[in-house]
Amino acid sequence: MTQTFATAPWLTLLTFAPLLGAAFIIVRRFLARKDHEGKIVEEELEQIELRSKWIALGFTLVTFVLSVVIYFQFDKSLAGYQFVEEYDWMGNGIDYKMGVDGISILFVLLTTFIMPICIIASWHSVTKRVTDYMIAFLVLETLMIGVFCALDLILFYFFFEGSLIPMFLIIGVWGGGERIYAAFKFFLYTLLGSLLMLIAILWMYSITGTTDIPTLQEFAFSPGAQKWMWLAFFASFAVKMPMWPVHTWLPDAHVQAPTAGSVVLAAILLKMGGYGFIRFSLPMFPVASVDFAPLVFALSVVAIIYTSLVALAQEDMKKLIAYSSVAHMGFVTMGIFSGTKQGIEGALFQMLSHGFISGALFLCVGVVYDRIHTREIKAYGGLVNRMPLYAFLFMFFTMGNVGLPGTSGFIGEFLSMAGAFRVNSWVAFFAAFGVILSAAYALRLYREVIFGTLDKDNLMAIEDVNQRELIMLGVLLIFALYLGVYPSAALSVFAPPVDFLITNYNAANAIIGGGL
Amino acid sequence: MTLMETLSHATTELFLVLSAMVLLIVGVFLGDKYVRHITLASVGVLLVGILLVALGPQGQGVSLFEGAFKVDGLAAFAKIFVLGAAAVTILMSGRFLVGDQMGKFEFPVLVVLAAFGMSLMVSSTDLISLYMGVETQSLALYILAAFNRDSRRSTEAGLKYFVLGALSSCLLLYGASLIYGFSGSTLFSEIAKVAVEEEPNVGLIFGLVFLISGLAFKVSAAPFHMWTPDVYEGAPTPVTAFFAAAPKFAGMVLFARVLISGFPDILDQWQPVIAMIAVASMLIGAFSAITQTNIKRLMAYSSIGHMGYALIGVAAMGVEGLSAMLVYMSLYVVMTIGAFAAILHMRRSGGMTESIEDLSGLKSSHMPLAIIITILFLSLAGIPPTAGFFGKFYVFSAAVNENMIWLAVVGAVTSVVSAYYYLNVIRLIWFSDPAPAFERDTGMALGVTAWVSAILMFPVLTVFISPLRLAAEQAAKVLF
Repeated sequence: MTQTFATAPWLTLLTFAPLLGAAFIIVRRFLARKDHEGKIVEEELEQIELRSKWIALGFTLVTFVLSVVIYFQFDKSLAGYQFVEEYDWMGNGIDYKMGVDGISILFVLLTTFIMPICIIASWHSVTKRVTDYMIAFLVLETLMIGVFCALDLILFYFFFEGSLIPMFLIIGVWGGGERIYAAFKFFLYTLLGSLLMLIAILWMYSITGTTDIPTLQEFAFSPGAQKWMWLAFFASFAVKMPMWPVHTWLPDAHVQAPTAGSVVLAAILLKMGGYGFIRFSLPMFPVASVDFAPLVFALSVVAIIYTSLVALAQEDMKKLIAYSSVAHMGFVTMGIFSGTKQGIEGALFQMLSHGFISGALFLCVGVVYDRIHTREIKAYGGLVNRMPLYAFLFMFFTMGNVGLPGTSGFIGEFLSMAGAFRVNSWVAFFAAFGVILSAAYALRLYREVIFGTLDKDNLMAIEDVNQRELIMLGVLLIFALYLGVYPSAALSVFAPPVDFLITNYNAANAIIGGGL
Repeated sequence: MTLMETLSHATTELFLVLSAMVLLIVGVFLGDKYVRHITLASVGVLLVGILLVALGPQGQGVSLFEGAFKVDGLAAFAKIFVLGAAAVTILMSGRFLVGDQMGKFEFPVLVVLAAFGMSLMVSSTDLISLYMGVETQSLALYILAAFNRDSRRSTEAGLKYFVLGALSSCLLLYGASLIYGFSGSTLFSEIAKVAVEEEPNVGLIFGLVFLISGLAFKVSAAPFHMWTPDVYEGAPTPVTAFFAAAPKFAGMVLFARVLISGFPDILDQWQPVIAMIAVASMLIGAFSAITQTNIKRLMAYSSIGHMGYALIGVAAMGVEGLSAMLVYMSLYVVMTIGAFAAILHMRRSGGMTESIEDLSGLKSSHMPLAIIITILFLSLAGIPPTAGFFGKFYVFSAAVNENMIWLAVVGAVTSVVSAYYYLNVIRLIWFSDPAPAFERDTGMALGVTAWVSAILMFPVLTVFISPLRLAAEQAAKVLF
């Protein structure tokens, strides 16, 4: 790693590159020819819409390439933060500070990788207010990358909560019938959680006088204070994750969001919760994390079993996948609070893999939704006859969702259960039922949609996946398969920071344990 | 200090009041044909006032008139915002008033007089000058509320404001006389020597409670907020914009000055009172606004809520609490003026429309206005990345540092509730089918004001918040 490369503000560039794209689109719109009433001329509008799609795609791809470049310059053997930048911002110990470690770099990559796919997925399916849509997605990407790069709590909060706004608009403007209800529920639920976290952040700030994340990770708060801070952070991340019983916003938001919105929600936004647990809850409140682990285990097991059962009863494809997401996130929280190396690595891996697989599943739903315009499972059947390629792709991702060995889904579930087993074998025992149940609902979905007789009139002429859809799903398939066969690709990047985290975590608990 | 020396330090106030009188006389002779000129002259007067403030004493400043009046950094900070807000409201309203047959030359002059009253308020360090400032301001505002004298709503608003305002002035005066009776002085600095912790004097505390009630009325904090929605709704909209911004700032600064320099040692007595007023205001602001359908009433409840947040800063005391309050109020004034500039755009076939529903589908009919309102309302809701977030951040932070976490928790919960109605407006703008378009010919001043405040809220102040905070901190240090 050369010195010049390290000192340039790479992460700022990466974070704000999509925003630059949004600015381009806005400027293009302002320059458009307008008629006397101030409306943009019809043919000009079409041209702007097409161009805004290309600008959005171009900028998301450039961002992706930039993140890959950063990834290759990233020293994977180190546990600390790299590419650190720090500038004065609010003063008094609150700075603009960015940096990535082995944990966040992969989430940044996941984000930059998913976004171009989202833009491609919306290419033809979004016809209303296309320029605004592209702007919203680009702004959202900036905020999401910012969440994973921020090394200052206030800055993190800024991006974390800011991401609500574009998502609110995406669900509300381009969503389905119940979109307004879903958008409000999404926004207010998450806002309440985040504001409680903000107060905990202020409390930490008043104790330590800084909001610098690396400093706070080494600061030992008193066990009494940790308990309340942990709960406040938990309120925020549990809603975001989402954990049972605060998961109810997710199915609504997913069902109403446009396809690309669902993909972003499932693949990236949910991961902010898990990322938050690993980045803040475990290292900053280690004692409280041990104290509250049984609570998290209980909620995780309930989430895994209960939401799997709920998924079994769904009539709507997107809802089914949404509930399965909640169940899969149950494995993540279980793994994280096991406090073991396997558990945490498994949780991280599960989040990555879920990003690919659930994202792909929502895209699969989008493929048939674009053709038939319904998400009712009953409306389909026998698609294998008309869409063999689709049937194959859908099957692969269904298997990934189930956690079949060879797909990335398996590694994550296995590791997080292995981690939990070392701490509490009953939790792992019950969680294992979730794996069985996930097979039940995922295979049911697959059977009813793909197999059976092709007897519905409107399905007779349905066409197989086209080139555009094949590229999106194919790329996701390659990654899910690659991580499934060669998990070290990700695990080796996670390992140094996770080892470091665990060492500190155990040390902090040993001191308290010895003291009492 | 000789008389000339004393007067030389009070140039801002002298200039304002003399210019207002000159303008009044000139207006009487020239008549309503010259409204435009008088309007521009008033704006010029206010701008010169700002210049005089900026050139005048800063930091600890000087004390004038036997300690009744103080020209210091805190007063300067407040005056810049108050006079600025007054100037912008005059600019915004000019065209509007002419269009609605209210083009009278008294309007800008009254605003200048009100601004003069406010600058007395923020500088007063004595109960008498406090009362004089409050009354000068209020009398000008009563007339402004009833300015559209042919409208029943406007005259009703004026009368209501006057009757209730007179009542609150009574409370204020009664409190002041009790305090004077039990402390033997009207000077804050002398009262502070008597009001000490060892022997809390019941009469003094009684007086303080009355004083707080009177001031709470002036900043429309609950439970003295009842007049706000009616007056906001009835008054001509440019006047409402003025009500919502400048007097609130002046009232808050006066609040802080009385309590911190007059009663610093009996903090335990008034801190819970302020905290309860803050809680009540936040709750009323959050819950009552939900059912409103008129945008001006919505803004009224929203401002009640905002006063609650700002009062958290006063309750938290200290340099941190006070500077948090000042940052909060500065942001609030900018946002509110911007929001009203946007609301003044809501004109259809020659008249104002005030229903929230009229904003439906604004994204299709008037994209720039839709973006402005979205930014400003998100900022009012305090959602990052808009600058409104910093206001909430600093007051919550001050409360947490003062070990009043519960106050911050209440603030957080009410923020979520109030986010609902701000989002509701954004929902109408972006998610609903378009209502008929507004008139486009609204004048440049209005558009520029709306744009400038929106761009200040995001992204300018998002990035450059620290100069504002430092300035507020410098101003707050004056009292400690």
